[in-house]
Amino acid sequence: MKLFEFESKKILQKYGIAIPRGHVATNPDQAETIAKELGRPVVLKSQVLVSGRGKAGGILFADNAAEARRIASNLIGSTIKGSVVDSLLVEEKLDIQQQFYASVTIDRQSRRYIVLASSSGGVDIEEVARATPDKVLRHWIDPEVGFGEETATEMVRRISDVDKGAVSKFTSLIVTLHKVTMEYDAELVELNPLARTRTGELVAADARMIIDDNALFRHPEFEGRSQQRIEDTAREAEARRYNLSYVDLSGDIGIIGNGAGLVMATMDLVHHFGGRAANFLDIGGGAQTETIKRGLMTVMSKPEVRAVLVNILGGITRCDVVAEGIVQGLVEAEIKKPIAVRLMGTNEEEGARILRRAGIHVYPDMETAAREVLRL
Amino acid sequence: MRSIVDEKSRILVQGITGNEGKFHTEAMLSFGTKVVAGVTPGKGGQEVHGVPVFDTVSQAVSEKGANTSIVFVPARFAPKAVNEAIEAGIETIVVITELIPQKDSIEFIAMAEKKGVIIVGPNTPGIINVPQKAKVGIMPNHIFKPGIVGIASRSGTLTYEIAWHISNAGLGQSTCVGIGGDAIVGLDFVKLLQMFRDDKETKGVVLVGEVGGKAEELAAHYIKETNYPKSVVAYIAGRSAPPEKRMGHAGAIVMGNVGTAQSKIDAFAVAGVPVAQKLSDITKLLNL
Repeated sequence: MKLFEFESKKILQKYGIAIPRGHVATNPDQAETIAKELGRPVVLKSQVLVSGRGKAGGILFADNAAEARRIASNLIGSTIKGSVVDSLLVEEKLDIQQQFYASVTIDRQSRRYIVLASSSGGVDIEEVARATPDKVLRHWIDPEVGFGEETATEMVRRISDVDKGAVSKFTSLIVTLHKVTMEYDAELVELNPLARTRTGELVAADARMIIDDNALFRHPEFEGRSQQRIEDTAREAEARRYNLSYVDLSGDIGIIGNGAGLVMATMDLVHHFGGRAANFLDIGGGAQTETIKRGLMTVMSKPEVRAVLVNILGGITRCDVVAEGIVQGLVEAEIKKPIAVRLMGTNEEEGARILRRAGIHVYPDMETAAREVLRL
Repeated sequence: MRSIVDEKSRILVQGITGNEGKFHTEAMLSFGTKVVAGVTPGKGGQEVHGVPVFDTVSQAVSEKGANTSIVFVPARFAPKAVNEAIEAGIETIVVITELIPQKDSIEFIAMAEKKGVIIVGPNTPGIINVPQKAKVGIMPNHIFKPGIVGIASRSGTLTYEIAWHISNAGLGQSTCVGIGGDAIVGLDFVKLLQMFRDDKETKGVVLVGEVGGKAEELAAHYIKETNYPKSVVAYIAGRSAPPEKRMGHAGAIVMGNVGTAQSKIDAFAVAGVPVAQKLSDITKLLNL
């Protein structure tokens, strides 16, 4: 689960990391008041969960409160890379002398947390790593050893042009970042840029955090957020309430299957034959009638969906249970759309019988079903 | 494959008294697997389908000689169960459980590595050695036929689908391994390719990848560097998946430029590994 910038910064502040002074505004009046209180030039940052919001026009500067108000009235309600801006973070504009980069994230291949630090902050770090790999320092953490002051100091000393006064601050900062990562079960904690101001302070000018969805049970403080996530579409959020693994896509063929890999393969097959998937729904292993019924209704409720392809390979999942769910879903769906079903595996004969009685086409293999659904 | 599971493997089921544990214990037994013990704390002394249940893993190891474990314990308690199995001297641990926090997986995989224990998964359908009748997993028995093709896959159902095509083509399977759909998994493609290389039963290998991470690129690199001696065919699921969306599996997500299907397909092209467009093309591309 991605956190908003202001949420990430609040957490970091709790751990003693300096952040710019500022507040969240949800309307132009508030933006004006905050700017007035800060009494200096401000930055207005759209609180959306997409990356690259700066380039997309989501971050703007204002010299005074009146200008802040004007900018806020333009930004609030606008759309940045597909996300509607509900709120802005209005912060003092920092007097930045130098921009650093610092993050802790998970490296899948080495199965380790990795600390990254660089004196090239404020830009795309992947690009820096590609162009000048020696500018990005990395440390892979052995979980049994952890990440302490000593390792961090050694790391910071190797970053080019960190002046002497900043070394100890930078060191304790990355140690703290690691602590936050562990205590919040974060997949990513990233400060970019990490700003050194004229007074020599290190301030988190921007902050990103992603919390591991699987660890949310250890973090009840996010409970409201985890039920209806801002990054989900309305339909994705509804599907999540029924524990369905559902993703909205941009085409017009509804795709349902059991198992993430099989559903992806089904989606790819539809593309291969010239169609486009409207959504992705994995009913999981051992799905019950109610799950399939709900799933089918969710998929069909999307106006763009022209026809639905159901691809089931039953192992734990019983084909007769799936068939029952499809029939019930079709009965209850307000708008009925053509459907092609591929059923194979446990109790497939019984499943096929149930579907045929309801007048639904059943195909023995997924290629035929995918070709057919495009003709419906 | 001797190095993972074979007819000598003595299986312990952790979480045997739960619904899944019970159901799959029966299925594993009916496949011919030697399930020798189960563990559920507090339920020692019971039996599940004739298999004795113990309170602890070390009891199951000392009394029944269990050396391979399959974990059906719910996510919150699974890390503790895996740690217990590592401590008790189990050699291979198949973690079926999904939704385990990544921090926990990182910790138990690191501990396992230090002790030379193989972790398969988490979020895996398991391993099936078809000719030797050893299934440590949840795959449907009837799809698999003894034969010569090894499968290494990030997906469960997709493995079954491909196995079905291979069975229909009359080739059958040697050992099929689900490496798991999570971002953090123990056994990976490269280690599996090393095992398949030395496995006499395996004549060709199907690598079933998907978007997210770099596991396929590393496998392609390994095949090229070692001039891999067996026929390999790859399939990548999620070629039409949009970036930044998790496609069902925790690990199936394109982040920035990392984990795209194209990068994987390109890597296999460099290694001379054919990539199947459709599942039905896989058996035709295998050069056996």
